[in-house]
Amino acid sequence: MGEEVKDVIMASIRRDIMGNTLSKGIRFDGRKFDEYRPIEIQKGVIKTAEGSAVARIGNTQVLACVKFDVVKPFSDRPTEGVLVTNGELLPTASPGFEPGPPSAECIEMARVVDRAIRSAECIDLSSFFIEADKVLGIYIDIYVMDHAGNYTDAATAAATAALTDAKFPKIDKGVIVRGEYTGMLNPTKLPVTTTMVKVGQNWLVDPSRDEERVLETVLTIGTTEQHVCAMQKGRGALSKQELSDAMDIAFKRGDDIRKIIRG
Amino acid sequence: MADSKGTKMQLIIDGKRTDGRGAEDLRDLRVEVGVIAEADGSSYVEWGGNKILCGIYGPRECIPRHDSSPYHALVKCRYMMSPFASLEEHGRMGPSRRSTELSKVIREVFENLIIAEKFPNTQINIYLDVLQANGGTRTASITAAAVALVNAGIPMKDMVSAVAVGKAGDVLVLDLNKSEDNFGQSDMPIAVSHRDKKLLLLQMDGLLTKEEIMEMVDMAERGCDKAHVVQADALKRFYERGEGESFKW
Repeated sequence: MGEEVKDVIMASIRRDIMGNTLSKGIRFDGRKFDEYRPIEIQKGVIKTAEGSAVARIGNTQVLACVKFDVVKPFSDRPTEGVLVTNGELLPTASPGFEPGPPSAECIEMARVVDRAIRSAECIDLSSFFIEADKVLGIYIDIYVMDHAGNYTDAATAAATAALTDAKFPKIDKGVIVRGEYTGMLNPTKLPVTTTMVKVGQNWLVDPSRDEERVLETVLTIGTTEQHVCAMQKGRGALSKQELSDAMDIAFKRGDDIRKIIRG
Repeated sequence: MADSKGTKMQLIIDGKRTDGRGAEDLRDLRVEVGVIAEADGSSYVEWGGNKILCGIYGPRECIPRHDSSPYHALVKCRYMMSPFASLEEHGRMGPSRRSTELSKVIREVFENLIIAEKFPNTQINIYLDVLQANGGTRTASITAAAVALVNAGIPMKDMVSAVAVGKAGDVLVLDLNKSEDNFGQSDMPIAVSHRDKKLLLLQMDGLLTKEEIMEMVDMAERGCDKAHVVQADALKRFYERGEGESFKW
């Protein structure tokens, strides 16, 4: 990912100013430390996909689409469907994103979302069996369309919402009958992720782009109602106590987002 | 990483794991330092069935030049799984999505430790080649890279060791082997810095409660302390044995 020139020059100045503001207990955009920006979910935006949703967190916008195909199963799981999660940081979305092969950040985001969905066991992949050597493949494609900070949480929210929006395709003689459905996919548990960054001594939930530019530590925690289903630390270090606090925040914020996804 | 919906497999039998270990036993760990003559620093780690070769180059000129920073050295990491590393089919050559992610998280471990401000406009390359894999290659790689960086004389704030903790057959287990990784309920690779006990690598999949996670972090800390002893011993042995004596595979 190309680094914005202003990021490099401004980072230390920004960190100073932000540190001063944070020491007064407020963030640049007026939020509390554990406060999310407004979250909005819009489902069914893409009619050609079996399921779709746009998640907005503040100005950050991420589209996720669910498509089905008939595919060959993996040899070690011959009766299970195949789940594939792909991410795309569109150059449209930020001056820092460039066309070309996916960056490590992009791959990481897609794999964290994938891990959260897979671990939460929200889709029953064994119901995707068609016949010997034929199973349903479910593709979750994530398009980051506007990056104003924290696209990871927006991506998980969009992906989970798209799953709740997805219709189960009708299968006839081993092929998908496009445009006909046998019902809804009905994911059981809804995984969401909560990303937190450390700036100075403060943990800030749902970082804005400004906060991401100066962060020291970043941690993403995926949760279902009862369990932690994924974790990924990016840059920086954290202590055991900080991890414990972060999990408490993740459960609390996760429930809020789940309510919005259910609608 | 783990797949909790995996094929049914008995992972705990009579309180013992598939390879006969107790819940908190590490597999055999062997660390060798200075195994590549041409590299600035190097190491070789055998951990259970994992064999990892690590070479360090740098600080050296940053290429491409426009990537370089006038403030600090760039730490670059390339973790790569060889196509012959698993018992199953021949893998694909070159980077995969998995190896790209792992290269990133391993780099982020060492960005916390290397005093990069000392070497502006340069890069430090950490090359990690997995020659044989049996679960836990990323943690073995971190353990290998830590001693190789010391061997290269690169100043660091602290040492680091890494180990995976997980849940298999409803038991919390340390240092997952491949079947526990594939068929267990959860997998959480962790790297812990030696002196200040900070978590430098933290990933997790599967379903766990907060209480389980906190207990597993404690287990990982104890595991890392054991690995650290082996790392320190390897460094001591290398500098005691002097030049000209090469290591045996």
